[in-house]
Amino acid sequence: MAALNEEQTMLRDMAREWADNEAPVTAFRKVRNAGAIEGFDRAAWGEMGQMGWGGIVVPEEFGGSAFGYLSLGLVLEQLGRNLTASPLASTAAAASAIALGGSNAAKADWLPKIAAGEVIATLAIDEGPNHDPSKIAASVSGGVLTGTKEFVAEGDTAQVFVVAAVGGLYLVTGDEGVTRSTRRMADSRSHAQVRFDGAKAEKLGGPELTAKVVDLATAALSAEMLGMAEQAFAVTNDYLKTRVQFGQALSTFQALQHRMAKMFTELELMRSAVEGALEAIDAGRSDVDQAVSLAKAIASDTLHLVSREMVQLHGGIGMTDEHDAGLYLKRAYVLETMWGNAAFHRERFARLNGY
Amino acid sequence: MAFAAELDAPASPIDTFRKDARDWLAANFPPALKGKDNAMSAIDGPTDLSPDEAAWKAAVGEKGWGVPGWPKQYGGGGLSKAEIRVLQEEMGRIGAWNPIGGMGVMMFGPTLLEYGTEEQKQEHIPPIARGEIRWCQGYSEPGAGSDLASLQMFAEDKGDHYIVNGQKTWTSGGQWADKCFALVRTDKTKKHEGISFLLIDMHSPGVEVKPIRLISGSSPFCETFFTNVSVPKGNLVGREGEGWTIGKRLLQHERSSLSGGGSTARMFAGKPMGALAKDYRGTDEQGRVSDSDLRMRIVRHEMDSRAFALTLRRAAMEAKSNQGPSAATSIMKNVGARITQDRAELSIEIMGMNGLGWEGEGFTEAELNQTRTWLWGKAVSIYGGSSEIQNNVIAKRILGMLDHQ
Ligand SMILES: Cc1cc2nc3c(=O)[nH]c(=O)nc-3n(C[C@H](O)[C@H](O)[C@H](O)COP(=O)(O)OP(=O)(O)OC[C@H]3O[C@@H](n4cnc5c(N)ncnc54)[C@H](O)[C@@H]3O)c2cc1C
Repeated sequence: MAALNEEQTMLRDMAREWADNEAPVTAFRKVRNAGAIEGFDRAAWGEMGQMGWGGIVVPEEFGGSAFGYLSLGLVLEQLGRNLTASPLASTAAAASAIALGGSNAAKADWLPKIAAGEVIATLAIDEGPNHDPSKIAASVSGGVLTGTKEFVAEGDTAQVFVVAAVGGLYLVTGDEGVTRSTRRMADSRSHAQVRFDGAKAEKLGGPELTAKVVDLATAALSAEMLGMAEQAFAVTNDYLKTRVQFGQALSTFQALQHRMAKMFTELELMRSAVEGALEAIDAGRSDVDQAVSLAKAIASDTLHLVSREMVQLHGGIGMTDEHDAGLYLKRAYVLETMWGNAAFHRERFARLNGY
Repeated sequence: MAFAAELDAPASPIDTFRKDARDWLAANFPPALKGKDNAMSAIDGPTDLSPDEAAWKAAVGEKGWGVPGWPKQYGGGGLSKAEIRVLQEEMGRIGAWNPIGGMGVMMFGPTLLEYGTEEQKQEHIPPIARGEIRWCQGYSEPGAGSDLASLQMFAEDKGDHYIVNGQKTWTSGGQWADKCFALVRTDKTKKHEGISFLLIDMHSPGVEVKPIRLISGSSPFCETFFTNVSVPKGNLVGREGEGWTIGKRLLQHERSSLSGGGSTARMFAGKPMGALAKDYRGTDEQGRVSDSDLRMRIVRHEMDSRAFALTLRRAAMEAKSNQGPSAATSIMKNVGARITQDRAELSIEIMGMNGLGWEGEGFTEAELNQTRTWLWGKAVSIYGGSSEIQNNVIAKRILGMLDHQ
């Protein structure tokens, strides 16, 4: 665990308590079963806004707390543990993009509302089913943006889009020239296709900003993955201690003990890698890109392992929709894929290190 | 044109069989059904058969070729191993498939042929061979999964019949099954020797099924409750107390049929994985799959699949040369399960977010199927003896390692 200051400890404890009590997996299940397109609970998002989570990475002069990415990660980790659905990760990354590149007017218009949880913002980067920032075709001319973005998280409801185009990163805030198509995916969250057809766009920065903001989003996502892996592991560990076969608890079988020990080991590495990336961001270090690729590659591999083992070690019950294991499994593969999977980040890490 | 050349040679009995099979298939397999096999149909419940499908099923059932190795007198094909191989080749050549399947074919039939009385075989085998009767497996209970011998469902001896009470769970196809082969307790004082193998009519009063939804969204299995269900004594297979031996034998059939799932033949939308990856991921300047890490993992999977196929072949040859069951058979289920699951994981990785669609717009049917196949496939390392239990068996029975407890 990273060394937390008093504010961060409070934030983490509060987030943990709130998510465990107010937004546990059963709440997500309810949202899923209701089939609402937005994929999250508005009331819960409203509460997150009141607790100030929308403003964790927003500068103080625009109504935020500027606690930074490690703090954001602490909250996302707790949400991840409970599969709590919210636009927090997307909104925070988009807010950072505006804070980093927006005009004073854009900042004044949007950041206070984002900080208060009144506005949902998101990144629209990828144009295909796999993350590939080298293949961006959307373009801006005469101040309007044209292009189609795939699998935009919260794309069904976001009022503010931070969009990657050929020349860099742009802000699209109106509904004009924006068409959304819902994509129903295994994790029952919002991943819409968003078409921009002559939408008014304001420039936030060049391709370096795109890369930087995607790194922020990736680190935030890795924190959610950390929480998921942690909980998938804990639930499995508890189950092995209670399920009796052959007259004894499953936890007495050495074959399973060693597998749990291995997962525990991987989880510790995952935590260090994820917290390392978040701290690198907060410290403004020059090697954030490497830290993020390290975090996402390890987070993807570890969550992959733990979520699959969760199903396997629960046996038949783990295969049922009624049990939570399937929900972790499905969300896990989506997050492994978003913002580049382990293979993508290993390759990027190699490139960044010059081999 | 190797086959044509073979056919021109002086006819050996196997060549004659090949020609007969080819003629019969040409006359009976509706070409419109080419490649339409639904591997899940035997599990996912009855689907409405098209007239073509119904005709094909009836023809194969009549001929006994859905269970080609079973004896003719019970409605099987009575074919030799060599003939079965030829039949499979000829079917593969024209994209034909076996319309007769399910647990009756895979597990129960072979077990009954070995342990059943003449009367039981006459009664139960022909309808399985014709694909008329659906069987389900009543083994697992809430407290008896891997530790099957701790099952509690009790059959009380009432002279000419048993009265059965208890609960089974994870009963695949329970809601569509006509009959159930079940392990029941006939003696509460002994663990293994108190178990008997009983055939229960699922339409009997007192049988109740509650479908359970799977993570893949479908509901192919059930909780099954038995309350004062009357079962005639004639439905006991083997002797009272012999159920554990018979039940384990059936599990061997289950495992060997499950391990087939890992064959290299199954591909995504008719494409080998490398080609799929090129489609979805594009190629580099030299025409290779552009993601080199993925490319190497696809190759590893491909090599595993081939080694597995070679192992299946070697085991078959060793069995034929009468060395008894090959040691290799013990690893089959686990390897098959691993390969099946790797294939699904890799297919989804190749397709990226397109491989994780659930329903509706934006995904092809093949992509949506792949999501479900991936999720469903997580079961292959759990049912029919989980991978962990298989490994325990390998360690203890084959390697002679001792139990640490
Ligand atoms: C899709 C599906 C279909 C099924 N269909 C049928 C059916 O038709 N009929 C039927 O009777 N049953 C069926 N089953 C049940 C299946 O056979 C059981 O799920 C299986 O035997 C495992 O039992 P369990 O679920 O109780 O898991 P448990 O026995 O509780 O096992 C949980 C985990 O612990 C591991 N474990 C248990 N004991 C040991 C040990 N000694 N050493 C190491 N690891 C151990 C297991 O491998 C597993 O990973 C089906 C299951 C599934 C998932």
